[in-house]
Amino acid sequence: MISPVVLWTDALVFTLVGVAVVFGLYARRREHLREPWRRVARSPKGVSAGTVLAAFVAIGLLDSLHFHPRLEGAEAGGSAEHYSTEVASVFDLLVWPLRERVEKTYSAPFATHAYAKETIDLGGGRQAREYPRLVHGGAHLSDAGTRGADIALRSLAGLGAGIALWLALVGLFVAVPAARRGERFGRLWRALWAGHWQWPWRTFLVTAGVLLTLVTLGVTLAGTYHVLGTDKVGQDVLYQALKSVRTGLVIGTVSTLVMLPFAIALGISAGYFRGLVDDVVQYLYTTLSSIPGVLLIAAAVLMLQVYVANHPDDFESLAESADLRLLFLSIILGVTSWTGLARLLRAETLKLSQVEFVLAAQALGVAGGRILVRHILPNVMHIVLITVVLDFSGLVLAEAVLSYVSIGVDPTTISWGNMINSARLELAREPVVWWSLAAAFFFMFSLVLSANLFADVVRDAFDPRLRGSERPA
Amino acid sequence: MIAYLARRLLYALPILVGVNVLTFFLFFVVNSPDDMARLHLGVKRVTPDAIEKWKVERGYDRPLFWNAPRPGLAALTDTIFFQKSVRLFTFDFGRSDEGREISRDIAERMGPSLAIAVPALLVGLLVNVTLAMTLAFFRGTYLDAWGVVFAVVLMSVSSLFYIIGGQYLVGKLLRLVPISGYEGGLDAVKFIVLPVLVSLAAGVGSGTRWYRTLFLEELGRDYVRTARAKGLAERAVLFKHVLRNALIPILTGVVVVLPLLFLGSLITEAFFGIPGLGSYTIDAIHQQDFAVVRAMVFLGSVLYILGLLLTDISYTLVDPRVRLE
Amino acid sequence: MTASPRALLEVRDLRVSLSVPGGTVRAVDGVDLTVMPGETHAILGESGCGKSMTALSILRLLPAAGRVVDGSVRLDGTDLLRLPEDAMRAVRGRRVAMIFQEPQSSLNPVLTVGDQIAEGVRRHQGLSRRAALRRAVELLEAVGIPDPSRRASEYPHQLSGGMKQRVMIATALAGEPDLLIADEPTTALDVTIQAQVLELLDQLRRERGMAVLLITHDLGVVAESAQRVAVMYAGQVVEEGVTADLFARPLHPYTRKLFAALPAVGKRGGALEVIPGTVPSLTAHVPGCRFAPRCDQAWALCRAAAPGWHPLGRGQGVRCHLYAEGRDRARSLPPGPAVVPASMAVPRDVTPTPLLRVRGLQVHFPIRRGLLQRVVGQVRAVDGVDLDLAAGRTLALVGESGCGKTTVGHAVLQLLRPTAGSVRFDGEELTRLSGPRLRQRRRELQIVFQDPYASMNPRMLVGDIVEEGMLAQGTLPDRTARRSRVADLLAQVGLDPGATDRYPHEFSGGQRQRVAIARALAVEPRLVVCDEPTSALDVSVQAQILNLLRNLQDHLGLAYLFITHNLAVVEYLAHEVAVMYLGRIVERGPVGAVLRGPAHPYTRALLSAVPVPDPAGGRAVIHLEGELPSPSQPPRGCHFHPRCPEARDLCRESYPETVGVGTGHRVACHLHPPS
Repeated sequence: MISPVVLWTDALVFTLVGVAVVFGLYARRREHLREPWRRVARSPKGVSAGTVLAAFVAIGLLDSLHFHPRLEGAEAGGSAEHYSTEVASVFDLLVWPLRERVEKTYSAPFATHAYAKETIDLGGGRQAREYPRLVHGGAHLSDAGTRGADIALRSLAGLGAGIALWLALVGLFVAVPAARRGERFGRLWRALWAGHWQWPWRTFLVTAGVLLTLVTLGVTLAGTYHVLGTDKVGQDVLYQALKSVRTGLVIGTVSTLVMLPFAIALGISAGYFRGLVDDVVQYLYTTLSSIPGVLLIAAAVLMLQVYVANHPDDFESLAESADLRLLFLSIILGVTSWTGLARLLRAETLKLSQVEFVLAAQALGVAGGRILVRHILPNVMHIVLITVVLDFSGLVLAEAVLSYVSIGVDPTTISWGNMINSARLELAREPVVWWSLAAAFFFMFSLVLSANLFADVVRDAFDPRLRGSERPA
Repeated sequence: MIAYLARRLLYALPILVGVNVLTFFLFFVVNSPDDMARLHLGVKRVTPDAIEKWKVERGYDRPLFWNAPRPGLAALTDTIFFQKSVRLFTFDFGRSDEGREISRDIAERMGPSLAIAVPALLVGLLVNVTLAMTLAFFRGTYLDAWGVVFAVVLMSVSSLFYIIGGQYLVGKLLRLVPISGYEGGLDAVKFIVLPVLVSLAAGVGSGTRWYRTLFLEELGRDYVRTARAKGLAERAVLFKHVLRNALIPILTGVVVVLPLLFLGSLITEAFFGIPGLGSYTIDAIHQQDFAVVRAMVFLGSVLYILGLLLTDISYTLVDPRVRLE
Repeated sequence: MTASPRALLEVRDLRVSLSVPGGTVRAVDGVDLTVMPGETHAILGESGCGKSMTALSILRLLPAAGRVVDGSVRLDGTDLLRLPEDAMRAVRGRRVAMIFQEPQSSLNPVLTVGDQIAEGVRRHQGLSRRAALRRAVELLEAVGIPDPSRRASEYPHQLSGGMKQRVMIATALAGEPDLLIADEPTTALDVTIQAQVLELLDQLRRERGMAVLLITHDLGVVAESAQRVAVMYAGQVVEEGVTADLFARPLHPYTRKLFAALPAVGKRGGALEVIPGTVPSLTAHVPGCRFAPRCDQAWALCRAAAPGWHPLGRGQGVRCHLYAEGRDRARSLPPGPAVVPASMAVPRDVTPTPLLRVRGLQVHFPIRRGLLQRVVGQVRAVDGVDLDLAAGRTLALVGESGCGKTTVGHAVLQLLRPTAGSVRFDGEELTRLSGPRLRQRRRELQIVFQDPYASMNPRMLVGDIVEEGMLAQGTLPDRTARRSRVADLLAQVGLDPGATDRYPHEFSGGQRQRVAIARALAVEPRLVVCDEPTSALDVSVQAQILNLLRNLQDHLGLAYLFITHNLAVVEYLAHEVAVMYLGRIVERGPVGAVLRGPAHPYTRALLSAVPVPDPAGGRAVIHLEGELPSPSQPPRGCHFHPRCPEARDLCRESYPETVGVGTGHRVACHLHPPS
């Protein structure tokens, strides 16, 4: 029925999900790993930021299940199904109207008429310059003047639906434990809102409620309007902003995934074995970090461009070459950022290898590799985790900057950087075309802010220095 | 001390060799000079002759490592590796693919870069330290808590937003200063103000938060308790004892980036039309001028290593505990 | 405890709470204290008893988590707790000064010593900068720092630990305070330096009529320097009195146990008295006496009602139901703890072939300098050490910090490769072993470390920690067999088998040390290097561990290389002793001979510097000048001569030969020339 496509980055994204699941199962049985996460879950800030992040991740994951859509109206005689060379994702299916309803060019949010005047043939040789009606935006209105009322009505409907759904969700959250523990519904309900539940469910439910309402508002409004306007080629800006989520997440996570094995292996072996190993590793990371990151990325991406330009036959589709560039950019970002982590891990391992429990293991005759895995690695994992979450937002922001310098993702990949890059010149126009920029900045800001807040909580929970030492005073 | 510095410089050599080999690999081995020529000339006009001419003009027609027909040492020196990579060690950057003298371009463009980067660094440092001290002084109060939240919000905004927003607000709506461009002399000031403000806004969130943690870390130390036990006022504790200690990581963190200021900021310069090395690099990237990019990569690593060295020296100056041996 | 009109400091019903994750700790719970002008008043207690919190709340310098809940602190009648912060700052440093345990971290690393003293002088005496600096130099001289004007311009890291503490004292003197609070001022210092600092404090107190509030855990320090002492337990003062009286006749069961738990010569051969259990958690309200759960004289009342304060005349008082009015006080004074009869303490004869034989052991760390990192010198951490240790015996290696004793331990175990010399274990040369052969051999030599917090991987379960050696050595491939062996081992060291599934941080320091011992025993070693295994523990817990070690030796025939700075522990546990100074052994021999008839001046000074918990002891302390020199540039001739009170010309020229002065008693000193 469908013809699935697994892009390189899809594979890596799902590998990452797999690693996270395995790690979660592993952590479940280990108190020292479970405890900090419990602390994260107890923090309202962490829960709230985590919920928003989860929503972004859900979009990203749905957008990572790719396939070739089936072509409508297969030609006569051909019994085989025909697939488009285009690549779409499961997420595209959910927002199909957004993807398909393309206008001619710019239009403002909620507009019913185009941004630019056009010459319209009025028939009988008469022509007029006026703002034409949009093909899709507000097309259901016979009279554009009723737009305000229509928007208000639809917003109310969306709001109502959101609140109704949310109340049902909250009710479920209270009813299930009430039934299980045989407690009165009303009592639990009041306890929930008074914040007496053990975990900050209240915060979660409020955050989820806001997100839910945004979704229902989207459903009722975005179906008939371009709520965030359209861009130069008439594509819906909301669609672009949502599609950019995956690009941001891939850059933020795959880069780290790529660098982690190197950083960990090299960092801790340099710190533990010292001598020649240490010299070589230090040389490696000093050399790499001595090249200013942007220049290294520029050099690498330029070379990739040359390669792609000269070997067009190696790529089946535009999507594939764009995806390869995304992957390559992630790798290069990983290469430029592993050095910092390796340095941290080396320093920490140097310290740890003199700590008495490591000496005790040596005295027991435990072999070097085993000491690294059993004694050093678990005691530096908090550094790895903290670095990963702290790096994430920096990488997302870096994408935008690099795309502006045209050494970021492929111009055909939808990303916040590309949105900003193509929209910034339009600031000079009158009236100002601000919506693309605003949408890109807002979405990027929400992802980065929630990531930063979450990173804060994770760091507080995992960093032993911040918790005070475990020794009694 | 002298011996230490000499040794550090010796260590720098293999690192620069590594950088050199890496860039050579990226620029000449991943893609052959033919590929580059084809890209530059555009797909339509490509004839073997045109490619050969393009290569000869830029000296890319030599073999990579070994020029067998040439006698003696020339077999080694008359190669792309020697001409394009090894000569960088003498700071001989050669000509750009456009045919301009790179060294002269660099010398010309260094000034404007510094004119932006130095004030931006100093203003940023001053503002961040002041704000961080204020938050540390009022630690545990609402001012501190909201200050930190505000800092996180500021650092979650893309730097592009500050640039575009700043240009739009100050340059276009308020019409206070020109949006972009640069002039030498005293006139430079009006071109500098906006970029400096923008880079301040972009860095103030993370900077303040980071310095605040440093101050708080120092405030928890035992010597602070001793200072209080002497009867010193909180102000004296903060300014005399805490600041002196916290300035060590702050200053050395600044010193490491000092040499890199020469390279300017890619993004800021490009947006504000500052004719510095940052926009030079950006232009080179846009025009795919590999010779310039190669030169900047090498220059960048030299400056980075210099920064590391300066950091070590600055430690001995500000921290009485550190002696270089 | 009636308030005297002359009292300098009166603390009444002080209550301090500390907020910790998961609740509030009542760190100080109703402390009363009276300090007279010019006297040294000690607060004695084990870690966590609230003695430091009491001291800090007097100056209102509690950490952010701490809060004074109730009570008053009157200095000459003024309640310090009610003063506005401004006025309080005028008290700090001027009326009441304070010094802390860690001189290293208590001084600002980036300001000169002179600056830091002058700061206080200027604050409280309003002198000019120049005058204040001159005064700082005077103060440095007053605390006995040689060459004070040069030292004033140096930074703290350029001074040794003892000098830093002297500088701390000088900063405290800057405001000419009436009261000096000294919070464990000598705990971080070696005994010979401790003796110097205590002497200095006492001299300053006498000269300046300054009162000293001395916070300490060391009974010896109290006996030597305090006129009055208050014993704290779990946030309360349980007993107070004139030092001599209290030491002669401790009343509270806790105090009595504390004395009994102290290892000393007389207790040799028997087991030490221990206080069972641990200090109660102070998060919950305890209805009865806090010590009741650990007290062998407790009865129902002790668990039901908190005892009140019972004054007993001569300023002595006690918080215990035993001393309530109307009770038969005679009955409440049971005879002192009976010495537990010796179990199997018959000393074995010296076996002809020692298990461990160390000859000419050297561990040098090269100092590299210059462009090419040439080796320009050596830190001679260990410089020619000979040791013999037979199965079932304990050899104590004694010395001050920095003398190289820990390095010897590590080098014996090949955790550090020696530069030269031989380490033969059971006839096999360990220094030539490497790889799997060495790893295999390691099962016979184990180690127990000093720090019970650092010696266990916090990410591993106790069961996995104990099991690790068996896994590495492959001794018990079967998992169930291994698990049951782990349970046996834990039982052997006195822990519940349920401990296997818990993490190290759930245990107290003493319990962790038991786990560490079980881990070492798991591979059935024949020699255990004990590297200061009790120095991080409280006295009552130390006794438990020492008893356990002795018991294990008796049953398993283990040999111990016992590294310590604590001579009391040596007396209690060791058969032979070797005294180290600057990388070399200066004297060794049977414990009795060395400790009772020390032949080397250093051993004599070391022995005399140990504070004895007997105020009537009246021993003469041999004060050593200066401190341990750097092992990178040991003095010419005898390493000890710059500090030796009996040094002669010969000592400055040549290192003395080692000669026998009795059976197995050997010494390296020119006072004992080879015959």
